[in-house]
Amino acid sequence: MDVTDLRTVFHTQDGVVHAVNGISFHLEEGELLSVVGESGSGKSVTMMSLLKLLPIPPAEIASGTVMFDGKDLLQMELEELREIRGGKIGFIFQDPMTSLNPVFNVGFQIMEPLKEHLGLSKKEARKRAIELLELVGIPGAADRLDDFPHQFSGGMRQRVMIAIALACDPQILIADEPTTALDVTIQAQILELIKDLRKKLGMAIVWITHDLGVAAGISDRIVVMYGGFVVEHAKVDDLYKRPLHPYTRALLATLPSEDGGEERLKSIRGTPPNLGAAPTSCPFAPRCEHAFDRCHKENPALERIEGVHDVACWWDVEKEAPRHAS
Amino acid sequence: MLNYTLRRLLFAIPTLIVISFIIFAILALAPSDPTGNLPLTIPAEVREKIRIALGLGEPLPIRYLKWLQQFFINEPLHAIEQMFGFSFGGGEARTRVVSFATRGPVMDTIMERMPQTLWVVGLSYVVGILIAVPIGVISAYKQYSWFDQVGTFVSMVGFSVPTFFTGPLLIVIFSVQLGWFPSVYDTTLEVNSLGTFWQQIKQMIMPVTVLAFYNAAQISRFMRASMLDNLSQDYVRTARAKGMSEKVVILTHVLRNSLIPVVTVIALGIPTIFSGAIITEQIFRVNGLGQLLIIGIQGADIPMVQTLTFMFAVLIVLFNLIADIVYGLLDPRIRYD
Repeated sequence: MDVTDLRTVFHTQDGVVHAVNGISFHLEEGELLSVVGESGSGKSVTMMSLLKLLPIPPAEIASGTVMFDGKDLLQMELEELREIRGGKIGFIFQDPMTSLNPVFNVGFQIMEPLKEHLGLSKKEARKRAIELLELVGIPGAADRLDDFPHQFSGGMRQRVMIAIALACDPQILIADEPTTALDVTIQAQILELIKDLRKKLGMAIVWITHDLGVAAGISDRIVVMYGGFVVEHAKVDDLYKRPLHPYTRALLATLPSEDGGEERLKSIRGTPPNLGAAPTSCPFAPRCEHAFDRCHKENPALERIEGVHDVACWWDVEKEAPRHAS
Repeated sequence: MLNYTLRRLLFAIPTLIVISFIIFAILALAPSDPTGNLPLTIPAEVREKIRIALGLGEPLPIRYLKWLQQFFINEPLHAIEQMFGFSFGGGEARTRVVSFATRGPVMDTIMERMPQTLWVVGLSYVVGILIAVPIGVISAYKQYSWFDQVGTFVSMVGFSVPTFFTGPLLIVIFSVQLGWFPSVYDTTLEVNSLGTFWQQIKQMIMPVTVLAFYNAAQISRFMRASMLDNLSQDYVRTARAKGMSEKVVILTHVLRNSLIPVVTVIALGIPTIFSGAIITEQIFRVNGLGQLLIIGIQGADIPMVQTLTFMFAVLIVLFNLIADIVYGLLDPRIRYD
């Protein structure tokens, strides 16, 4: 899948909010790409824009192409797009408490896409639904099919969500902060499950998270987002060994150290940018310790440094000097 | 569920007894006089004798207990005898609730009037629901569209213009000016041919329209609000992400959730059918229960008013219970154990 120059804006009463400002990335078959950033950095909006899952209006996908299997998802008619949604691309959402329909049993909710996309009969779909629940590690799968979402715990509900997303053997699984609403032990279980499923099924995964620690453990490549832009993109080892964007460095610095020292946890000072206007300067400049005059005048574009390592910054953190003579 | 229902039914008994006493006390304390409509030439002592003959000479508690016995024991026994054609014996000694005005059993009159009310008011309720649900669904799905704007305006009108205005308005237009429909509902009409069936339809159209309009206005607002609540829920996004069609998303996922509160509101509204839209029945001369109640009040026919009012109270208590049970059936998260 190839995403190019994706822009999404929201038309609100207080004006236009520029949530995604020209995002490009690509996803190889079977690879795990993490998208990392603070709340409000446009991660979720980007992913929902891909399948046009945002309410339109107020949202509007202003430009961009999303090439998948040789076709642009953004230009597709709804009927065609529906076959991709749930069929070729599965989606897991952040909050398993509210993402399942409370009045239908989970069996019905898992069987729905099976009947829709694969044309299975009720009996076949039921059989497959039991397999799926077993696959995601729900004990007593056959008996739990007729249970309602409120009869499951948070972690179990997220497993049901994963089962729904995987129902039709998708090529891509988009997981939008699937562990954020869960407590840490459950979070670890879900991460293990995803790793395990990836080994078994071999689909590509886009993993959205605000936790660089989580991303480090599972991903092949990482995209760091800030203020609706991609600010850095690299293979996972490169990013942790050689972070090039001040924001990435700041994020890494906030992780608690492994030796368990007693120093205070670090935080990034300032607040995420207000996305009310199309930015004309680097969105991170107000919080950046390296910001110099150019940062306040021009917004840096993503440029390739080496291999698959891209960064959007005027400052070269390694040489302690501006990257380009301006 | 059964346990819960039985418990609620048991609780209903003291509630209803208290209600019946309050109704009785209010009616007894009211300065009404069943002889008030008699000619002025009748002297006072004769009036007093009439009152004593009606049973008003006895003290209030005795009268109340007599009514209790008549309503809760004698009337059901009589109804069972009528239905199955056998006798418990002592039928002559059992007095039924008797109207002051007609001197006939109140229940017989009520049973005569019931069909008209059920047909006109009940049908208007059904029609109102059938109109309101689709309007509510579409208004919510296409929020702020012209359909929604028009729907909002029309239901605001339906909600705020009283039936004693829309009723005569329809009569002026369709009976007086155009002469399409009769302005008076003819209860004696027997439907036995296509012609009389058509006549029946024609005389029902206006009262049903007036009431259906009012009901639809109310229910469509509930439906719209409930749909809007649910449309923004996360599970709707999940359904779309699964690739379900808009039809399935709206009519299966959202509608099923949105109907839960609306069904409750509809169930709670059913007793009002029986109390018969009093004003509308008056306007179109439908001699249903509403009209019976009005005439009973005017003539100080205390047994009639007492019995009717109490029956409405029973229905309200009953449908409150039914609404709760239906809620439990529709929403799997509710358990009454």
